[in-house]
Amino acid sequence: MKKVFALIAAFIPAIAMAAGGHVHLDEHRTDLHDTASLQRGAKIFANYCMGCHSMEHARYNRVAKDLGIPQEMMMDNLVFADKKFGDLMTIAMEKEDAKRWFGNPPPDLTLVARVRRPDWLYTYLRSFYEDPMRPWGVNNVVFKDVGMPNVLGHLQGTQKMGTAEVKVGIDPLTGQDITEVEDNVLYLAEEGELSAEEFDKLVYDLVNYMVYMAEPIALERQTLGWWVLLFLAIFFVPVYMLNKEYWKDVK
Amino acid sequence: MSKNQNTLMGWIDDRLPVTQTYEKHMSKYYAPKNFNFWYFFGVLSMLMLANQILTGIWLTMNYVPSAEGAFASVEYIMRDVEWGWLLRYMHSTGATFFFIAVYLHMMRAVLYGSYQKPRELIWIFGMLIYLALMAEAFMGYVLPWGQMSYWGAQVIISLFSVLPYGDALTEWIRGDFLISGATLNRFFALHVIAVPLVLVMLVVLHLLALHEVGSNNPDGVDIKKLKDENGKPLDGVPFHPYYTVHDMVGIVVFLMIFCTVMFFFPEGNGFMLEYANFEPANGLKTPEHIAPVWYFGSFYSILRAFPDKVLGVIAMAAAIAILFVLPWLDRSPVKSWRYKGWISKIFILVFAVTFVLLTWLGTQPATGVNLILARVGTAIYFAFFVLMPFYSSMEKTKPVPERVTGGH
Repeated sequence: MKKVFALIAAFIPAIAMAAGGHVHLDEHRTDLHDTASLQRGAKIFANYCMGCHSMEHARYNRVAKDLGIPQEMMMDNLVFADKKFGDLMTIAMEKEDAKRWFGNPPPDLTLVARVRRPDWLYTYLRSFYEDPMRPWGVNNVVFKDVGMPNVLGHLQGTQKMGTAEVKVGIDPLTGQDITEVEDNVLYLAEEGELSAEEFDKLVYDLVNYMVYMAEPIALERQTLGWWVLLFLAIFFVPVYMLNKEYWKDVK
Repeated sequence: MSKNQNTLMGWIDDRLPVTQTYEKHMSKYYAPKNFNFWYFFGVLSMLMLANQILTGIWLTMNYVPSAEGAFASVEYIMRDVEWGWLLRYMHSTGATFFFIAVYLHMMRAVLYGSYQKPRELIWIFGMLIYLALMAEAFMGYVLPWGQMSYWGAQVIISLFSVLPYGDALTEWIRGDFLISGATLNRFFALHVIAVPLVLVMLVVLHLLALHEVGSNNPDGVDIKKLKDENGKPLDGVPFHPYYTVHDMVGIVVFLMIFCTVMFFFPEGNGFMLEYANFEPANGLKTPEHIAPVWYFGSFYSILRAFPDKVLGVIAMAAAIAILFVLPWLDRSPVKSWRYKGWISKIFILVFAVTFVLLTWLGTQPATGVNLILARVGTAIYFAFFVLMPFYSSMEKTKPVPERVTGGH
């Protein structure tokens, strides 16, 4: 029990920081129309996240339909072997085991983009840094003492927290970067398999996909919204005229 | 025995007063002809009530009222049920717009003195509707069984613990030592049948009382004083068709705003569907900032304005209770603020601004400047009512015209 409370206590300041805006969050310009990005995100999620995190409210066939992935390709690449096409996207890891391994079971991520918001996710996934004091050897800027290992670490490289030269702006005359030496900043100590830009793009796609997952109806909802508003705008004309007609004799 | 046996309607009318009722409440109910913008919100409240009941019926068909199944069933409705997402958003957005309509409807009554004699009962029924609506909305918010459902319920129910026998009382309300599936189940029962029944009955009483004494108007003039040779009010028009076609205009405009929010901002930026509520209820993890949905913000602000919990609860209850006696606090010889003195006018304006401010503050952390503002706001809120008997009776009022002004 004590352990649980310690975990809660460790958890609370992290949310407070994120919610209070003490940590700067990078903007994620979500684009649900970018199907290619969503497809890449689905692949990344299946490869790197779904070992531990379920999407238990979503179904494979819905994802395939919405993202334009053929059933066969979906079954071969993105659906776990024991699952059917119409199944919920649950995982095999037992909650009890997960609790033992990570302290807290890794949360279901179907709705995480609605809980945490896209900017937070986009920043969080890129803000792991080396911290030998933590069980997985990493800590996180936006989620202090997080229980999750940095599964994308080999792609990003190793980030460290410390004193480094960082870009603070662009010189308007020469167009060159202005840099300053600052304390307590993240810097890339060791290159990963991807360049910084490629890695940002990968995380962007992943977050894009998670935003789609949190509300798969979002695009259709907006499209329908325009039609409904159009109908109401047209309907307004006879309603307004009818009212005028009735009231013209009332003095 | 019968006057008109030959028609089907006649046959029915001999047995059930359908035509008579229709005439009394629609085609021969004379309403003042000078209703303005503020008079849309009664019918809009009814529209939202109908929306909540209809969408609620269909949501109930797929919702699972248990601690284990509730959260997942809401997502099932959002993803797998045909048009389930639309029903759910209509219901969640409807709750917000119901309160917007009701608050503006109440503001109308304050502006034009619609609660004054002889309309005290209409006001009382209206307040009971508001009370039932708050209970309905509170219990409805628990049903999705997210983090805010759970912790919001935890905060609100714990308020009862300050009463005598508080612990026993809160246990009785929850049906458990903690918020649990038992709480969820009883709130479901109350939310889908008990409170809606009460609401509908109160709305009927509200309207019957209104149609007995007739509608007030922006001038606060009694239109029944001056009638034509047929006994019809000179300044009145039959509700149907005049106000039915008129209300249709308001309904279409209102629906445009409603649909804009529902289709494009269904979370209402976290004020309607709070972000934390997309995370399943977890009794071991307290959110760092527990905020009520916006429509309870004002009373939540008053609650938190006091350092002492008992005082806070008493103040919050008093803030709602004092609204009930408003008809007896207003001693002004005139109804409408158009003819009241400047003290009343300023007080009404300041009160309206204060209420909006308190509502906003209720959704924010109560620290620093916010807390000071909430305390000032609370003082103004109560001053408006407590001082009303004095300023409303002492100030100089303007003469009220014989007939309504402005017209249509």
